[in-house]
Amino acid sequence: MFWQGFATGSRTAIPIALGYFPLGLAFGVLAREAGLGVIQTVFMSFMVFAGAGQFIAVGLLKTGAEIVTIVVTTFLVNLRLFLMGMALQPKLKSWSKLKLGIIASEITDETFVVASDYYTNHEPSWPFHLGLNVTSHMAWVFSSGLGASVGNLIQDPAKFGLNFALPAMFIALLVGQVKNKVTLIVAIGAGVVSLVARTLIPGNWHILLATIVAASLGVVLEKWMGK
Amino acid sequence: MDGQIILLIVGMAVVSYLPRALPLLMFNKIEFPDWLIKWLGFIPAAVLAALLAPDLFLIDGHFNLSVTNTYLLAALPTLLIALVTKSMIWALLGGMGSFALLQLFL
Repeated sequence: MFWQGFATGSRTAIPIALGYFPLGLAFGVLAREAGLGVIQTVFMSFMVFAGAGQFIAVGLLKTGAEIVTIVVTTFLVNLRLFLMGMALQPKLKSWSKLKLGIIASEITDETFVVASDYYTNHEPSWPFHLGLNVTSHMAWVFSSGLGASVGNLIQDPAKFGLNFALPAMFIALLVGQVKNKVTLIVAIGAGVVSLVARTLIPGNWHILLATIVAASLGVVLEKWMGK
Repeated sequence: MDGQIILLIVGMAVVSYLPRALPLLMFNKIEFPDWLIKWLGFIPAAVLAALLAPDLFLIDGHFNLSVTNTYLLAALPTLLIALVTKSMIWALLGGMGSFALLQLFL
């Protein structure tokens, strides 16, 4: 039973794993350029597993930023994960703290959205969720390691469309989320607030701000439209 | 391994784990009110759009709506493929392919 669920989770993770592959390669290359070794790069991807945070961190490392600055920035970039943990809570609240602690460690934008989507028409399942998370995590660790060790062979990553892997993945996930007029308006609202905040407010507050404003807009709209 | 790097990775691991785990562990067994569950239901769409918009519209921190914005141009076929196929794999391959082609010609 356990492995059957785990395998379903793993299979569901294949598109995520494919998307993480080019991202991990690119991260591995950047990590090396920032002065990290292959083992250190793999260790970071294993321990941290936060793509956006890791990209920003190695970018800062390259500019010679202080460790405290990098850690604080990573924290700010990762605050959105708090909202994702909260959004999973109503589904997973009956689980043991041990299981929750393990599932929490591998929440990413992608595993969160795919799991939430799956739970709209399936019962929450520990083996499924674990399979989904672990497979995605391993793809990230493996591709980071590959990028760090042989990534220097890729001369111009843009030429292969590697830079567009993340936006493409977000577009596909977003299409799956936009189920009605309200979610469409929420998505557009979040995009606009994020853009404006990104250009006006220094730091990385735009994602958190846009998410909170747009989700609130959604609640108000839904009430207003009498659904 | 260099001690400074270890410190960095451990620090990053802590600030990446806490935001993920705290809400699940703190609010364990608590019933959220209805409005909050509704609010949280919008989080996936909102967070994705908030992440995506700067990637597509800002180039080097500046708003760019022109044909020189390869990201925005490549987003159009990607969106179309995602809408038609409902498949992340096809959207990913089509998106990366379009981006690579645009890089070649622009």
